[in-house]
Amino acid sequence: MTAPLVSLDRVTHAYAGPPVLSDVTLSVAPGEFLGVVGPSGSGKSTLLRVLAGALQPTAGSVTRLRGSISYVPQVDTVNWDFPVTVDEVVTMARTSGRWLPWSSRAERDEVAGVLERLGLGGLGRRHIRELSGGQQQRVFIARALLQRADLLLLDEPTSGVDVRTRHDVLHLLDDLHADGLAIVLTTHDLNGIAAHLPRLVCLNRSVVADGAPREVISADVLERTYGARMEVIEHAGMPVVFEGHRPHTVQHGADVVALRRTAP
Amino acid sequence: MSWSTLTEPFAFEFFRNGLVVATVAGALCGLVGVYVVLRGMSYIGHGLSHSIFGGAVASSVAGINVLAGAAVWGFASALLISAVTRRRAIGGDAAIGVITTAAFAVGVALISLRRGYSQSFDALLFGNVLGVERSDVVVVSLVAVGALVVVFLGYRQLLFTTFDPEVAQTSGLSTARVDAVFALVLAMSIIATMRVLGVTLIAATLVVPPVIARMLTNSFSRMLVLSTAIGAGCGFVGMYASFHLDVASGASIVLTGAALFVVVFAATGATARRRLGHVHV
Repeated sequence: MTAPLVSLDRVTHAYAGPPVLSDVTLSVAPGEFLGVVGPSGSGKSTLLRVLAGALQPTAGSVTRLRGSISYVPQVDTVNWDFPVTVDEVVTMARTSGRWLPWSSRAERDEVAGVLERLGLGGLGRRHIRELSGGQQQRVFIARALLQRADLLLLDEPTSGVDVRTRHDVLHLLDDLHADGLAIVLTTHDLNGIAAHLPRLVCLNRSVVADGAPREVISADVLERTYGARMEVIEHAGMPVVFEGHRPHTVQHGADVVALRRTAP
Repeated sequence: MSWSTLTEPFAFEFFRNGLVVATVAGALCGLVGVYVVLRGMSYIGHGLSHSIFGGAVASSVAGINVLAGAAVWGFASALLISAVTRRRAIGGDAAIGVITTAAFAVGVALISLRRGYSQSFDALLFGNVLGVERSDVVVVSLVAVGALVVVFLGYRQLLFTTFDPEVAQTSGLSTARVDAVFALVLAMSIIATMRVLGVTLIAATLVVPPVIARMLTNSFSRMLVLSTAIGAGCGFVGMYASFHLDVASGASIVLTGAALFVVVFAATGATARRRLGHVHV
């Protein structure tokens, strides 16, 4: 069995008050693609920050067995007025091995290659605010890739972007995963993202369920995770979740699916 | 105005020293000020300069080297602010307000107890070209070279911790160490420049050049170069103007920067306002 890149053993974390994370045990193996879902305040971002090493747990232990970890924070937390170009954001991650402020020729080539691969070719001199939402997200993924990490942690990489951009980002992450990169992301999007990932963790301060989406996404688990009853149906072998009154159609990945009422 | 009138101040050694110090000090504050502004530390620069004044007076009264005493006092104040902010549920601005004004008050109290000292500390408060000696040229130049070396060798570390401290930490960078080195550079910059700029006006020389530079560029590296050049230019012009206008050098340098700010702000219009949207001044 392959040793995990990072593992949490009965981790609890509290800022000031009741724990945001409680008794969480979780591990991420090399090459895994894992989604974390849960309501606002369920501890998703805190979990990522503990995995990344930005937070020390108040109880329990974190073991990073090998490999480096890159963390891509929510784009909402970025200061978009900061005077940095795309090139400057991507290269700032290279803090070791070079003492000169400017990039070497090899480094410039590497940055250009990563930007090209992520569809950002020719945008290196643009200010980060001048990019679209999807391009901005990819700049920070490019910075993480340049760190040559084994594990990429992304905090809601598709929040606040349109459907097309969401698909672009997901396809990019899928390609990176296919290349062997382990990925953990948080999301609120159960149908568009979570249902398509190989492994899903439902979190509400503690882990409610952990497994393949088909096993994890059920009305019972979602009620325990979100505190509200949701309906789950199966479409093309995948779970589709909706809440409240059942609509006639629902967005499912790239498709708009027509729903037929089924027997309860 | 005749040519001889224009060149008259260069005949005086004190003015030549003052001009060099003001130019180098302006460049130094412009360079360091970029990080001060982008880290939202403008109030720290203001508070630290006042705190260091207290240290300078206390050192003088105690009969120890003023620069060394002020350096220790300033660095201790910076660390104390950081410690109080972390350990107590009070904001950083409140911690700065309490610690630095208390330190400043110590200096004022000592001066009022020893009235003979008041004249010699006027220069520290408001800046005075007459107080500049050859040793000041050496000290300011050494600190400027030191700051340049730190910024040059730690360029990426400083940028990363300024732009994205949490991710910098998760990437294995010791942000606490980078912050401590920067606090030391800031304290040394204030100490080295306070005689010519004055502690009450140093904060402006740390803030105005980077803000002007920010209005002119979207690139961090270009902002560093521009801010340093603008600081040097304001130091040179302000010092020169102070001789002819017979006003305190610190005030003259700050007013030169303020005038340039108004011109650039008016010339760049809406672009400048958007770029300054979240600059903490």
